[in-house]
This record gives sequence, C-alpha cells and structure tokens, in this order.
Amino acid sequence: MSITCTTKPKKTKWLKLLFFSLLIKPIITILIGLRIYNRELLPCFGPAIVVANHNSHLDAVVLMSLYPLKTLSMVRPVAAADYFFRNRFLSWFSKNILDLVPIERNTLTNKEDLLQPCHQALADNQILILFPEGTRGEPEQRQPLKKGIFYLSQAHAECTVTPVFIYGLGKTLPKGEKVIVPFFSDIVIGQPVPSAPNATDYIANLQLSFDQLAQKIKTDRYII
Amino acid sequence: MNHPLFGIPNIIFITFGGIYSLLCLGSLLIYRLKHRLAAHDYQELTKRINAWWVMVTIIFGAFLVPEGFTITAIGFLSFFAFKEFVSLIPTRRTDHRPIFWAYIAIPLQFYWIYIGWYGMFIIFIPLYMALFLPMRMVLIGNTKGFMTAASTINWLLLFTVFCLSHMAYFLKLPEHVNEHASNYGFILFLVLLAQFNDVMQFTWGKLLGKHPVLSTVSPKKTTEGFIGGLIITTLLAYLLAPFLTPLTVWESIGAGLMIATFGFIGDVSISAVKRDLNIKDSGALIPGHGGILDRVDSLIYTTPLFFHYVYYLHY
Repeated sequence: MSITCTTKPKKTKWLKLLFFSLLIKPIITILIGLRIYNRELLPCFGPAIVVANHNSHLDAVVLMSLYPLKTLSMVRPVAAADYFFRNRFLSWFSKNILDLVPIERNTLTNKEDLLQPCHQALADNQILILFPEGTRGEPEQRQPLKKGIFYLSQAHAECTVTPVFIYGLGKTLPKGEKVIVPFFSDIVIGQPVPSAPNATDYIANLQLSFDQLAQKIKTDRYII
Repeated sequence: MNHPLFGIPNIIFITFGGIYSLLCLGSLLIYRLKHRLAAHDYQELTKRINAWWVMVTIIFGAFLVPEGFTITAIGFLSFFAFKEFVSLIPTRRTDHRPIFWAYIAIPLQFYWIYIGWYGMFIIFIPLYMALFLPMRMVLIGNTKGFMTAASTINWLLLFTVFCLSHMAYFLKLPEHVNEHASNYGFILFLVLLAQFNDVMQFTWGKLLGKHPVLSTVSPKKTTEGFIGGLIITTLLAYLLAPFLTPLTVWESIGAGLMIATFGFIGDVSISAVKRDLNIKDSGALIPGHGGILDRVDSLIYTTPLFFHYVYYLHY
C-alpha cells in the first residue's frame, strides 16, 4: 500500500477541527485534566517539530489539542503507515481526522525516502509532532531515541525542534489497554534542542532536554 | 417564601448575598493593604480571594439549577477529587481495570442518590465496592503489593466519593422538616461553615499562632488558629442555624463544634497523605489554593458526620 502525502498549505481542515473542538478538547479538559508547564514555548508557526516521549495513543491527540483551532490545521503527527493505515476505516480516520504524516517503516529502507513525507510537510511550513522513541514503550518507561530527527533538523535550517515531556498519559491509556482511566497528566514544554554536528551528539542533547523536563515535573511536585 | 423563578427559598439568596458582601469586604481590604503587604503576599492573597469569587459563584449556580443538575455537580466534585487523589498515589500497572471500575462507581453512587434509594446509597461503596475491587484485583492475579493497592483504592473511594456524596443526599430528605430554608439550607450551612472555619483557622494562625498543634503533619497549623476557628465557627453556626436549619440552639452549637473539629481532622488527613508522598500541592486546579483536594479536605469528615447528626436528630 502506498500513501501519497498531499499537503495543501493554508487549507482549513474542517473535519479535523470539528473533531478536536467537539470531542477531543472537552474530553481532555474534563475527563483527563492537564497541567501544562511553559505553554508559551510551544512553536506556533511552521516549519517546526515538536518531539515527545511516547507511552500512549493519547500523546499525539493531547499535544494537538494544546493548539488553538486556527493553528491546528497545520499541526500533524508523524506515525507509522503500517499501523495507522492497516484497514480502510483506520486509514480514513488517520488521514482525515488525525491528519497523520505516514512513515513507511517496513517497505522503504532508504532513509531519505522514508523521511520524504516529513520533508514535504516541513517545506509546507507545517508543525510536525514526532516521537523519537519510534513506538510506545511500557507505561512511563523511556526507550532509546532514534536518529531520524537529526536528519530532519539538518535538512531544514530554519526549523526549531521543541522537546516536550509527557507524564501520566501512559497511565491513562497504556499500550495494550482499551479503556481510558483518567489520571491528571503533566506536560512540560522545553527550550528548542541545541543543534549538533553529528547524530550521536544531537541525540545526546535531546536526551538531556528530556531528562531536564522530567526533572522539572519532579521538582515542581515533590518536596526534595 | 420561595423565590418565584428558581423555586428555592429567599433565605438562600439572602445568605449568598451575605457571602458576596464578605468577599467584597475581603477584596477591598486586600486592595487597601496593597502598599502595606509584601508583593508576594499581595499576589497570593489576591489569587486566593479571586478563586473564592469563582468558587462561590459556581456553588451559587449549582443551587439555581434543577435538583438533578445539583446532584450531578456534586458528582463532578467527587470525580475531580478522586481523580486528583488517584493521580498522586503510586498505582500498579495491573490495577488499570480495577481503577476503571472505581471510576464507574461514581456515577452509580450519584444515581442511587438521584432515585432516592437510601439503602443502596449507604452500602454501595463501603460494602459492594469494598468487596468488588479486591476481587477484581485477585482475579487479575498480581499479588505483589495487593494489600496496599486494595486498601488504598477503597480508602480513596470512601473519602472522595462516599463521604462527599452525603452532600447530595441532603436534597433527598423529606421536605417538611426544614421547610423555611429547604434541604439546600443544610448544604449551604455545612459548606459555608467548613470553608469559613478553614479561613478562620488560617487567619487566627497568622495573627496569633505560636504553638504548633500537629507539627509532624502540618507545621503551619497552630493551637491558636484551631481554637480561634473553633470559637468563630461555632458562633456563626449559632447565628445561622435558625435561618438555614431546623437545629435548636444547643444542637447548632454542637454542629459548629463538630464542623470546626472535623474540618481540621479532614484537613490534616490530606496533609498527612501529601507528607507521606512528599508532595507540595495535591493539584493545580484552583489558583492560589492548590488542587481540589486541598479545598474539599475539610468536607471529607464533616459531610457524613453532619448528615447523620441531622438525620438522627430530626428525621
């Protein structure tokens, strides 16, 4: 199955906006409840990338819900095509509602081809949500980061990479669970990740940013 | 006399008028003291009083809507308190489903109240849920930390849902006993006194406080604050009871003493939980006050105690 990434900048995606304003935003506000730190650091113009740790299917929709409706059309999560486009209903939902940027992680081996949809989206001044851990981990456990984010940031000089740390959604809807059990969740947004000459250093920078953000939740909450 | 439009007694409106006047006075006082206070204290006090304006208005709104909505609003209060509490404690991965069922117990509990089924309302959580949740955990099969998990989840449900839900059952009591103020009078009397007691304990503690009353739990609480709150709250109970409740003079003094004392106990219980977990505030829902648990803590013990006090004496 091949997915063509059609990005039309400046186009309002009504279905997506309707879904978020009527369903996702109220559910997240009333049912789950978020504590957001440094909301002002969230990039509101593309091209930009938001990178976050990944423990739950809720991560992407919650990050999208942080955006006002007028920016939301430009915000798109990057996701695995083989998973999110595995049947017709899910494909339709992933394409029209979530507005995913699909990554063909199984069929393409060349990394330039793999990241092509992301390059295209960034070239169209969109804001990407990306999970460098690649997949959801066990609840509230972190996994090694993948290097794709480095190549993306290299290719788009003007694009900022903003780290976000999420705590609590992995308890609300962990991998393998079907029911949402509300837990108040924390979201910390950090300063853009500093650039680096090679992938290893860049990933180390990103890891350090995540560590600091995780620490921020701890120091704000707990008496140390 | 009932208000022609909202169907609740005029005395409720008059009491809210009094509360709003107090808030005006408070806001004015803080504004006048602006230059005499440190910048931090001023901001903190302004935030707190502004939050009070919002909270009083929400409660007022919940009184004006039809009874079913009032019960639902109290249900949401329980839901937020439970959610805040369950988010603070360490939970096991395998308790995902049992906690889901604990959440389901909230609408059920308030449904029993809505249909006025007293027998079910009074045993549903302390009996059926207390048996069901550990059973669900056993059937999942994780024995590591089983006792802690089974007891904490039940205890949370008891505190935040069972205890607080008594507030809603006031509305289902027979109406002839408290005819002049209606059953809303009980809720207003209880909430007003419990919150007033909190503010008074805080104020007297700030003004005169020297001797810590329970230093291992809450270092800021003082004997002077507690006694000051107790006296003022009991006095207010004595003054308000004839308007809002059918309580006699001595009964109203008893109610005042009880609400002040057990408001304090609820307050320090939540402080003990936070201290146990090394947490500063239970949440960030109410600016200047912390979380919703920090605000309803004084209602956890007082609500069921006051309910059964009134129930025993007058029904």
